[in-house]
Amino acid sequence: MSQITDLTLAQLKQALDDGDLSSVEITTAFLDRIDSLNPELNAFITITHEDARKAAADADAARAKGKASAFAGLPIAHKDLFCTDGTRTTCGSKMLADFVAPYDAHVVSRCQQAGLISLGKLNMDEFAMGSSNENSFFGAVRNPWDPSRVPGGSSGGSAAAVAARMTPLATATDTGGSIRQPAALTGTSGLKPTYGRVSRFGMIAFASSLDQGGLIAHTAEDIALGLGLIAGHDPRDSTSADQAVPDYTATLSDPLKGKVIGLPTQFFDERLDPAMRQSMNDVLDVFRSLGATTVEVSLDHIAEAIPAYYVIAPAEASSNLSRFDGVRFGYRAEHPKDLTDLYERSRGEGFGGEVKRRILIGTYALSEGYYDAYYKKAQQIRRLIKQDFERALNQCDLLFGPTTPSTAFVIGEKTADPIAMYLEDIYTVATNMAGLPGGSFQAPLIDGLPSGYQLTGPAFGEGAILNAAHQIQTATDWHTLRPESL
Amino acid sequence: MSLTSDDVKRVAKLARLGLTQAETNETLTQLNSILGLVDQMQQTNTDGVAPLAHPLELTQTLRADQVTETNHREKYQSVAPQAEAGLYLVPRVVE
Amino acid sequence: MYEAVIGLEVHVQLSTVSKIFSGSSTAFGAEPNTQASLVDLGMPGVLPVPNARAFEMAVKFGLAIDAEIGKESVFDRKNYFYPDLPKGYQISQFDKPIVGPGRVAITLDDGTIKTINVTRAHLEEDAGKSVHDAFDGMTGVDLNRAGTPLLEIVSEPELRSAKEAVAYLKVIHSIIRYLDISDGNMAQGSMRCDCNVSIRPQGSEVLGTRTEIKNVNSFRFVEKAINTEIHRQIEILEDGGRVIQETRLYDPDKDETRSMRSKEEANDYRYFPDPDLLPVMIDDSFIEACRNTLPELPEARQARYIKDYGITDYDAGVLVADRDVADYFAEVADTSGEGKLAANWVMGSVLAELNQTGSVITEFPVSAKQLADLISRIKDNTLNSKTAKTVFEALLAGEGEVNAIIEAKGLVQMTDTGAIEAIVDEVIQENPDQVANYRSAPSDKQGKMLGFFVGQVMKKSQGKANPQAVNQILHSKLGS
Repeated sequence: MSQITDLTLAQLKQALDDGDLSSVEITTAFLDRIDSLNPELNAFITITHEDARKAAADADAARAKGKASAFAGLPIAHKDLFCTDGTRTTCGSKMLADFVAPYDAHVVSRCQQAGLISLGKLNMDEFAMGSSNENSFFGAVRNPWDPSRVPGGSSGGSAAAVAARMTPLATATDTGGSIRQPAALTGTSGLKPTYGRVSRFGMIAFASSLDQGGLIAHTAEDIALGLGLIAGHDPRDSTSADQAVPDYTATLSDPLKGKVIGLPTQFFDERLDPAMRQSMNDVLDVFRSLGATTVEVSLDHIAEAIPAYYVIAPAEASSNLSRFDGVRFGYRAEHPKDLTDLYERSRGEGFGGEVKRRILIGTYALSEGYYDAYYKKAQQIRRLIKQDFERALNQCDLLFGPTTPSTAFVIGEKTADPIAMYLEDIYTVATNMAGLPGGSFQAPLIDGLPSGYQLTGPAFGEGAILNAAHQIQTATDWHTLRPESL
Repeated sequence: MSLTSDDVKRVAKLARLGLTQAETNETLTQLNSILGLVDQMQQTNTDGVAPLAHPLELTQTLRADQVTETNHREKYQSVAPQAEAGLYLVPRVVE
Repeated sequence: MYEAVIGLEVHVQLSTVSKIFSGSSTAFGAEPNTQASLVDLGMPGVLPVPNARAFEMAVKFGLAIDAEIGKESVFDRKNYFYPDLPKGYQISQFDKPIVGPGRVAITLDDGTIKTINVTRAHLEEDAGKSVHDAFDGMTGVDLNRAGTPLLEIVSEPELRSAKEAVAYLKVIHSIIRYLDISDGNMAQGSMRCDCNVSIRPQGSEVLGTRTEIKNVNSFRFVEKAINTEIHRQIEILEDGGRVIQETRLYDPDKDETRSMRSKEEANDYRYFPDPDLLPVMIDDSFIEACRNTLPELPEARQARYIKDYGITDYDAGVLVADRDVADYFAEVADTSGEGKLAANWVMGSVLAELNQTGSVITEFPVSAKQLADLISRIKDNTLNSKTAKTVFEALLAGEGEVNAIIEAKGLVQMTDTGAIEAIVDEVIQENPDQVANYRSAPSDKQGKMLGFFVGQVMKKSQGKANPQAVNQILHSKLGS
């Protein structure tokens, strides 16, 4: 048998079920790997050794008595914006550096109920704002494929931890590409479900109408297993959809013969990097070899997605982050001379640069006299984008394109230029604007670095995305490639 | 549209964000380039297009009027920067 | 020469048992922050879920004022920073309120009816409370009240005097009490009023600059605050000055309004639709279900009381203004079978007593049943108006039931003509001069002179003699 930490979630589950491995063995193997790699990669902000070991022993005991739940004893790690009762939840921010949430997020409780064992909390861009994980109060995360490069963001810790085999499964969130972009840059599989598929309760909000919780793992199959656990209606989240959750693993093996893959012309125009184009063509060849056909479609308003996103997301964020005022929780400036000083210094000192920029942009966009020109306009464009997707998805089953314009860039390369950083999400934000499910999966390496392709489906079409990706993963070995250094 | 340093100060005041002069200057440049990006929206004709607030356009379900919460003051206030006698404390507010 | 232009924003705390967006209790008076849940505290990651009952109550109010009901009702965020506002925004409604334009009728002093248009009524969450004096240099924040559902009722600026404003406020109060959607207790803050006041030269169509007087918490203070503010504005204009648009606070101790500068800084509320909440669709069946549970409203009840109890328009209007008083009256009238007498007693004695003590009918020591018994004993001639008063006083003092009091105080009316005749004879004997005067007086003067003898008889009978019998007997004996 290969090393424990090389196994996928499905393989680990099989080994547990067969009695080949115990949860203590599995948990210990991953904790040891975290301990050896985290000092360099910085993927974890908090590692919960004790709790994990105890839970593993309990899971083994329960299994011995035949009383274990289906996923008992399997490891997971949570992006550090899912609130965890008793373990600090920092959101990658000085503002919450010592914040221990007094409750569990819906996603966290669901995982716990299924028996998953949390190894710790994963690094991220502060308040999920960023595409490189350099905006963390706890330091940048490094890409396991090349530690001088970024792992992407904001779920950079989740992606790096999976890529480095520090956990087989990680929760993550995606507001404009924060699951898919890091998955692409780290050679992992990542799925952003349909808006409303997974409850946002306990997920510290960035932009409420765009945020969606999801997963990063090695394979589509592992995501199918995990999504079945965390998806579903939650009465505590008014925006969570009351839709039955299918068995995502049941459709993984459906043949792709006859499926139509839509290629948005705007994703494949002359601006697409040639190496990335080659990588995409390699993937498309596999799709065709499996019996799928392709069709060109158009997303006419895709160019306006980034501008509109950078109004809507900061506007919602500016309001969502008002609760961090130094009164009931979180960072409080020392010796405030009056109430205004308390607010201004607690927020000025507690938030990092990118968060402050977005709060300012959002506040400006909502302020008197500018609302129509910015916020309302962006919401109108949002409808046009959604209509584009509806039209395109009437012509095909899934949309296909690159996840990112290029492979992982070097740490520090884009930090001085917010716009360059924002354009990292050029292929991903529109999916969030339309609320559709999107996944990023492993494509061939480019110069030794991972690239990813993106599949976007109709609302609640997660099963179709995972099915397609699983079929590609069955026919190729791109998802099994791993950084040589590890 | 282009922001001035005074605009940044006004917006920072609204958002209760303390910025140093250096931060204000740096932010001004960055905000203007972001607004430049955002202003690309204005080229799109959106006449007669209804704003879309939620991607799925679902409707709200309502909760029954029942008390489901109990007192957890001690736990909730354990993360408070300053609380006394069950109250959260802030510098004196003058009305 | 100046005309006041007044509009009111009335905040009514709805009497749901749980908060508008969380399952916390709304009970008044709990220990600080013991009814503040994760949602009420605005903890990171939590989300609001609206209370169905708050919508039912709002729709009922809308139906009661003949308003349009918002079929698509949207929550917006009103953004500002304040310690009693945990999230840094208040969830309110801006563009699409639950209740659209409606109207209420108020009765002016001269008896004419004036219609006041209600612009809208929307649902929102209440803020917490600040405690200013308990800590050195610090303010304490209690978030128990945060998230209590409020219905904010906004009138058009169609009120022209403080009296009209109070009349309007009383009608709103009466409606919410009839609907039982709020306890309407102004002293506890369950109903609060912001008054928008401006003045303009009589006959002008142009609106003057208005000021907003925040959080006035009694009918009396609303009247005083508005009058004070009108005078302040007149003085400013007379002195050649200009009224500044601002928020002001009424100080009842000094009877003056003063500027609230703290509220002036952030008046850019950056409203936008709350992305954590979806549009609430109110369908016809929901509205009809609310309509079917509407109680009889004040106007309808007034008409019914006039018809059923044979009382005057005016009396019925006074009696129905407060739902509890109206119920009390109806019980007295129904039990005693005497509508007019019941109206006289409730208006004359009960309401007077309530006014004097500042109490409410639900805490009144004399029950409707007791008052009905009292009226029954007047009707059967056991009591006369004087002894009835004595019994009422005893009831107020909690001295027992009507019959027991009559017994104990020996107040049974003397109806035995033989006994009254004996007293009359005594009086005639003891006052020969008055008798002579009476007999020699012209008949049109005699009526007035009879009063002396009646008084003497009543005195001798300790008030117990039946006045009609006394009159009759005196008449015949003096006439002979």
